[in-house]
Amino acid sequence: MSSAQPAITVVDLHKFYDQYEAVGGVSFEVAEGEIFGLLGPNGAGKTTTVEILEGYRGSSSGSVSVLGFDPAERARALRERVGIVLQSSGMYRHVRVREAVAHWAGLYPHPRNVDEVLGIVGLDDEAQAAALVRTLSGGQQRRLDLALALIGDPDLIFLDEPTTGFDPAARRSAWSTIKRLRDLGKTVLLTTHYLEEAQELCDRVAIIKNGKILAEGPPSTLSEASARYRVSWRDQSGELISEEVDDPTELLYRLTGDAIARGQGLADCSVVRPSLEDVYLDLTADESSEEER
Amino acid sequence: MSDTALAWRQYRLERKMFWRNPTAAFFSFVLPLIFLFLFGAVFSGSQANLNVLVPGIAGLSVMATTFNALATQMTFLREQGVLKRVRGTPLPGTSYLSGIIGSAATNAVIQILIIIVAGKLFFGLGWPKNWIELALFTVLGVACFAAMGVAFSHVIPNFEAAPAYTNLVFLPMIFISGVFFDVDNVPAFLRDIANALPLVHVINGISAALVTGAPIADHLSDLAVVAVWTLACVILAVRGFSWSARD
Repeated sequence: MSSAQPAITVVDLHKFYDQYEAVGGVSFEVAEGEIFGLLGPNGAGKTTTVEILEGYRGSSSGSVSVLGFDPAERARALRERVGIVLQSSGMYRHVRVREAVAHWAGLYPHPRNVDEVLGIVGLDDEAQAAALVRTLSGGQQRRLDLALALIGDPDLIFLDEPTTGFDPAARRSAWSTIKRLRDLGKTVLLTTHYLEEAQELCDRVAIIKNGKILAEGPPSTLSEASARYRVSWRDQSGELISEEVDDPTELLYRLTGDAIARGQGLADCSVVRPSLEDVYLDLTADESSEEER
Repeated sequence: MSDTALAWRQYRLERKMFWRNPTAAFFSFVLPLIFLFLFGAVFSGSQANLNVLVPGIAGLSVMATTFNALATQMTFLREQGVLKRVRGTPLPGTSYLSGIIGSAATNAVIQILIIIVAGKLFFGLGWPKNWIELALFTVLGVACFAAMGVAFSHVIPNFEAAPAYTNLVFLPMIFISGVFFDVDNVPAFLRDIANALPLVHVINGISAALVTGAPIADHLSDLAVVAVWTLACVILAVRGFSWSARD
């Protein structure tokens, strides 16, 4: 297998529900070993896209390839190499954590060690491993979801909103777990509507809204692409002035030159580049205003 | 691992979980036995009535442990997203469902055995007169009502509604099918309805095996009706099968 072969290829993917177009011509590639994020507001088409890649839904048109398979055919050989954390999925209530993970291990040809996986997700203390699933907290159940997705030692892992509903501490800890997947050499496709999650975890991000990809690239270059510098300062009357420029060099030279000539300081001067958050909010702006209506 | 080995693993997990869930264990397991001893006490004066009751309760048990249990369980698994999760693993659907249905069938067999022993010890029946006939009607009854339970789970809108929906089918069926009294004593139109349904025929077969000793050859029409129902329910269960809840 050549490393140039992408783990996931999506070309012009469309999905209609009756007249409603949930996914409208999405294309992207995920390289092997990469953590790729689909970032967008609720209802953007993230889950529909991911569930087509997972083989849960068929597509209306376009082509998708996952590890060289068409997921719609639901080949067992593909499912043996893929781990799935759904946005929400229940579990048997009357099974113990270690029992569940051990049972799942038996479904795969080359599973990882049960205790090792419990360690990776942080369910390895004896009380947690022996707990009945129905007694777990929401965060612990999410850890179990991840353990069940990892136990088969998959090459590719889908994480659909892995930290939605987490408190900040739990989110940090989930992030460090997901980063360990990168160290294990796994390819990860994650969806999120948390911008900082995408920034923290993803090698590349696609911002998706209304079923279309609006921007794509590494988090750092995404903000560069549409980013202008915003230079702010106070003029002689004390009024705060703000100006957006592609390159601030000349403006700063003029401002500082003038200030020195006047023998004054340049009060409240700042040069700011928009963060990914600004890009994200900008791109998805009318969506949120629709939600507010 | 082979598909059969995977089904066996699933079966063992299902057995373990069944005993850990006292409510489920109670409703599909203890309730028929309570019926048996309650009505057995009421009818204790008449061996003729007991001869109707014991096979009747056996039929009721077959239905409760398979139809009621599976309709409820499948609704739960679908609504909770367990089926969807399993669907994402390499476990073949047939292995998974075999494990679940096998567990329900085990409950049916255990029930029948308890009822046979109780019939012998407390209710004046001897040991079964025709074990092969008993096995045949039990297996066919289990297949029929298990498939019916899986198929019926697609009609149930959500888990909270599951007991109401299953009882809507279960209670009328056991009342007209001669579980507690001889079908010959009910009005003709009810008897016609009962005869069109499978339970009365399962009970006829079990009754022959336990009480009268009439050979299978005398109950071919009973076998035929149950077989037709089984086929129809299997088709409905397979064709309508859904791995995830309706949105």
